[in-house]
Amino acid sequence: MLLVVLEHHDGELAEAAREALTFGRVLASKLGSEIHAALIGSDSDDLVVEAGSFGAEVIHVATHDDLTGYGPDAHGSAVTRMIDELDPVAVLACGSDRGNEVMAQAAARLDAPFVANCVDITPGSPWECTRVQWGGSLLEDVTLTADLPLVTCGFHTVAAEPAEGGGSNPEVEEFDLELDPADLVTLVRDRVVLAAGVTLPTAPVVVGGGRGVGSAEGFESLEELAALLGGRVGCSRAVTNLGWRPHTDQVGQTGTRIAPEIYIASGISGAIQHWVGAMASKHILAINTDREANMVTKADWAVIADLHEVIPAIITEIHSRHPDL
Amino acid sequence: MSLRILCCVKRVPAPGAKINITDDGLDVDATHLGFTTSPHEECAVEGAVQLVEEHGGEVTVLTLGSGEAEEQLRYAASVGAARGVLVPIEDVDWDPQRTATALAAAITDLESGDEAPFDLILFGNESADAGGFQVGVRVARSLGRPIVNGIKGIEVGDASVTASRPVDGGSEVYVLPRPAVLGVKEGLNLPRYPTMRGRLASKKLEIRVINADASPGGQSRVRLHRPPEVASNTVILGEGPEAATAVVDVLEELGVI
Repeated sequence: MLLVVLEHHDGELAEAAREALTFGRVLASKLGSEIHAALIGSDSDDLVVEAGSFGAEVIHVATHDDLTGYGPDAHGSAVTRMIDELDPVAVLACGSDRGNEVMAQAAARLDAPFVANCVDITPGSPWECTRVQWGGSLLEDVTLTADLPLVTCGFHTVAAEPAEGGGSNPEVEEFDLELDPADLVTLVRDRVVLAAGVTLPTAPVVVGGGRGVGSAEGFESLEELAALLGGRVGCSRAVTNLGWRPHTDQVGQTGTRIAPEIYIASGISGAIQHWVGAMASKHILAINTDREANMVTKADWAVIADLHEVIPAIITEIHSRHPDL
Repeated sequence: MSLRILCCVKRVPAPGAKINITDDGLDVDATHLGFTTSPHEECAVEGAVQLVEEHGGEVTVLTLGSGEAEEQLRYAASVGAARGVLVPIEDVDWDPQRTATALAAAITDLESGDEAPFDLILFGNESADAGGFQVGVRVARSLGRPIVNGIKGIEVGDASVTASRPVDGGSEVYVLPRPAVLGVKEGLNLPRYPTMRGRLASKKLEIRVINADASPGGQSRVRLHRPPEVASNTVILGEGPEAATAVVDVLEELGVI
């Protein structure tokens, strides 16, 4: 069987876990094997049911009194122990920060190769994997020679889709998890809540600004539009480097990867390193004075104009149609 | 307190540039490219220098790469690193297992004899180019030290290091005993530019060369290629603020208003 490691936060299945199961269903069918899931650190029925709807046939639940939160060593150790006992043909997670970290931990423990951020996998001897480099601007074909292939699928490589027919009512197997004191050294000690409400990675609308915004103050109209649409402001790396916005607003390879319903990219030329953080957006509207800008040519819609004229006009139009907003 | 901090950095083509591939598909065509330190690692060096400025100590920079990676060691020296170490390789990128084995061996070498272990080793969360997401974890594991990735905040205590990592809506805090290893991300700080004095000092940096061979791991490159171009079917909604009506139509259609 293929073992899929599930990521979860605050009692909810992470989007990364849904993507891993969606990608995993295709991989499992290529392998001709069952799809099992590893649920580490929670035994929530809701998680089990949802994982089942995404195609997990058996869920191995591993809890431990000392496992009070996430920890890379604890989770890596749990995956390694599950491998020892359950003998999967391969292990898959989604290449989110956490997914890649846990798989790297497992791989280091097993001294086994681990191929991160695959977009396509052909099992065989050896396995052939296509993976992303440069955050997605290049692809690399690699062979993976291993007794037990360990892989992640690139985050937002596939859109999460429940299994056909609503999946199954999965079987739950309790896994008797043992942990060493060393596994607990890297447990999360504390959580700091910074922002209530919508955050950049999950915002349904992102209003992005680039160098074309011109100044830190220039972002005020972007803020206003984002607030009207229940979204968040994002920015390019150039803007962060100029000190106009904090790095937490940066969209791109070395910033946040966004996946909103619509990304309104204003004054952003669309350098490849920004694009790879924005390309999972379902729709893109570019506002730019340069109709040849990368962002314009890759967008679904574009307005060729000065953003400082268009954005206030959009705000006015929204107010006139929706006086209650 | 006096801290010995090691930063592991990688020389990569400057991000943002259009990257071409060599005819054999095995490597990036470097003919027209500028090179730089991978962005997460530039922040690692800055973070290390700031910690040493606050607590005292010394920053060492280690890289595995071609002889040209010496440039990245000198750059680190120009912003405050005191020592530079090169593990030379001749091939294109080594796979992650092989890289990690060689780096762990080099670090063991650096810590042998009278030298105490580094209090802190910093890696970039992942390299900007290959993005294997594992070298730091493998090195930490083989040295028997704890590691947490994705770090954007570091504070050093008497015998520990407190590190924070952003998660959706907040951050997670980790407290690790030293010696420890962290994988850091851009946003940890805004790296400084070298001063003229720094640049001059960096020219005199003596670079220690450690030859650390290792066997290839199980991941092997076949070729690099470009993802298919996104079809360009951009609908131009208008030129100038008059387009606002069409924009709001689109937003309503998508149901985001």
